[in-house]
Amino acid sequence: MVLKVFFPSCCSSADSGILIGRWISEQNSAVILAVVHFPFIPVQVKQYLGEVQRVTKVSVSVLGSWSNSKQEKEESLSEFLEDLGTIFCHEPWIQISKEGDSKFWSCSTLQKHSKNPQEEEIILVYYDQRKVMLSHLHPPLDTAGQGAEDASKLSAIFDTVARSRVLFMTDRYDEGPIKLTHWQSDGVEASIIVELMKQASVPACMLLTFLLSLVSGICRSRVLKFWPLSFLWSKLSTCEQLGHRLQHLQVISSNKKAQNQNQLMRKANIFVSLLIDVALGILLMSWLYRKNRIGHLADTLIPVADHVAEELQDLLQWLMGAPAGLKMNRALDQVLGRFFLYHIHLWISYIHLLSPFIEMILWYVGLSACLGLTVALCILSDIIALLTFHIYCFYVYGARLYCLKIYGLSSLWRLFRGKKWNVLRQRVDSCSYDLDQLFIGTLLFTILLFLLPTTALYYLVFTLLRLLVVIVQGLIHLLVDLIDSLPLYSLILRLCRSYRLAAGVKFRVLEQQDGKPLRLLMQINPLSYGGVVQTYRLPTYSFYPRDSWASLCKKLFLGELIYPWKHKGEKQN
Amino acid sequence: MAEERRFRSASGARIALRRRQHSASCRELAVRGPRLQLRSLSAATSAVWLAAYGLFALSENSMVLSAAIFITLIGLIIYLHFVKIDQESLLVIGSLGIQVTSSYASGKESTTFIEMGQVKDVVINEAIHMQKVIYYLCILLQDPEDPQGVSEVVPLFQSSKPRLDCLIEVYKSCQEILEQRKTAPQSS
Repeated sequence: MVLKVFFPSCCSSADSGILIGRWISEQNSAVILAVVHFPFIPVQVKQYLGEVQRVTKVSVSVLGSWSNSKQEKEESLSEFLEDLGTIFCHEPWIQISKEGDSKFWSCSTLQKHSKNPQEEEIILVYYDQRKVMLSHLHPPLDTAGQGAEDASKLSAIFDTVARSRVLFMTDRYDEGPIKLTHWQSDGVEASIIVELMKQASVPACMLLTFLLSLVSGICRSRVLKFWPLSFLWSKLSTCEQLGHRLQHLQVISSNKKAQNQNQLMRKANIFVSLLIDVALGILLMSWLYRKNRIGHLADTLIPVADHVAEELQDLLQWLMGAPAGLKMNRALDQVLGRFFLYHIHLWISYIHLLSPFIEMILWYVGLSACLGLTVALCILSDIIALLTFHIYCFYVYGARLYCLKIYGLSSLWRLFRGKKWNVLRQRVDSCSYDLDQLFIGTLLFTILLFLLPTTALYYLVFTLLRLLVVIVQGLIHLLVDLIDSLPLYSLILRLCRSYRLAAGVKFRVLEQQDGKPLRLLMQINPLSYGGVVQTYRLPTYSFYPRDSWASLCKKLFLGELIYPWKHKGEKQN
Repeated sequence: MAEERRFRSASGARIALRRRQHSASCRELAVRGPRLQLRSLSAATSAVWLAAYGLFALSENSMVLSAAIFITLIGLIIYLHFVKIDQESLLVIGSLGIQVTSSYASGKESTTFIEMGQVKDVVINEAIHMQKVIYYLCILLQDPEDPQGVSEVVPLFQSSKPRLDCLIEVYKSCQEILEQRKTAPQSS
């Protein structure tokens, strides 16, 4: 069987000593964590290892000996090292020796109780201890639910190094009896900024929790739950987005420490996402208020609304004439056209009534952009919805009229053929009608049929306009969704410290020499950007189409009202 | 020890197979495809610029020319970094696993490492593609629940597409190492 020795590259230049680490017998591999230098007392070493084992729950033991002779090879040293094998009994006892500055080390094992004394092949795998300790292995999604026994070999190695963090806390300036060499033995790393932030985060979290409880208390009060207000809140997407962000803030400001990697990354992603959102919002706000652009915007809003209303009037005049060469029923045409024109007239008057207040309203509403770019986009979407309210009304009128017509037509068609809809049995049954019923029914059927093109044309035009508005709103919400769900912290981590997010490892074959063990370098293979986004995507109250294309077309044909976007939390009807 | 032999790919292009034995249980097999030819690069660039010059002559807008240069540069970078695979290699380390590497013309390397515990076998499969029957080498991954089942098939050498003679060489080399894990005695 091949013996695999995972050697940390930081210990390559360490002085002679004994190797400590973990022996994984199922895989016949030894993960070396540190080198203990002479002089040491074996009893103290065993005590220390026992303590480490208790704290980290990793079975650390003495695995072998390491000799780094800068001069000639000393015979007495090699015998001494072999004798150590009897003090720290471990099967198999690994002996690695390095001469001078040679790259090629000799590695041998001592087996006392082996049944077959043949030489087994040894593979020496170098690994970067710091990177492996900090890295988080992402298993493929289908094996994510496996138990500990099925854990892959690599995850066992990563696990061993990650859990032995406490072993790396002693450096060579410590006054203990044991002198170790590992990646931090030249001095334990720490950062003042990180420590300060950790100290400052506790009171900051408490303050944030207090403020959030106040805000959510206000939101939950009975005053805001009366019928007109609650209806308004449910329709405005700004409130939805604000509620979502409030939830995020609650997640960040909770006092519980994150249990595992996923929760930690989630918290960090939410924090960075909020920060960037607010920063972009403040940038937008400063741009809007700089040269009184918001005043200019308010000034152009009324002319734009007027222009839209005028275009609609032209459209209706066109429909009342002979649109696209089709011949409409003149009377119905005039009625519908005048009805809608009157509505537009009402709408224009309403807008002109509001015009002195628009600038002030917009100025104050624009201030709320400091809550985030997503909030600003949601406000934009709501403003569009409010400004195109008349299009929505026209769509509802046209759809209802068309729907009534279609149902009337289908029912009278059944009458024409002598059939009836049986409500009890939910099917079409034959029925004998009186002569006058048939007469009136057929007359009405003919009237409705010949009036169909006019109504259908109005319905078509207004449905297209409504769909246009819906598509624009949908695009804005898609953008908001993207900003909400993008895991920015993970992406930046993948860019700057790519070894933290590992999809696997890669091996590189180093120079070989005959007779010496195979030398490999194990490097971390980082997760791809697509994998990062997929794994760490933040959940959102996403907007997605409620109906499939087929049912949408059916609804359009029958004239039923369509509400194409569905929130995640809405009940199915 | 390294040896190199020339073969042909499924579409007739010249490829080279290089075998290196690092140790008794470690072998590296690399298939190198044809390099980017200066001829085809010049032809593509000239075609794009001629078309751009024709458009410029029609429309008198100099933005067309700068747009054409921009498109050529971006297209070349994308092609070299994401599309053109120079070399595909297979590193088989008995008792550790199999590593599949693709090196692109811009120097980028994309690597996947499959542990030996997950590898069921390495086989040559045949596929019917349009009017041809092509052979490809693939790694069969073990299904954790079902010891006889195959959970995934990982095809190798997809961009160089060697022919059967080259695949047989690679197959023999791989099987020599895979057999070692069956005959190796279990650790006590």
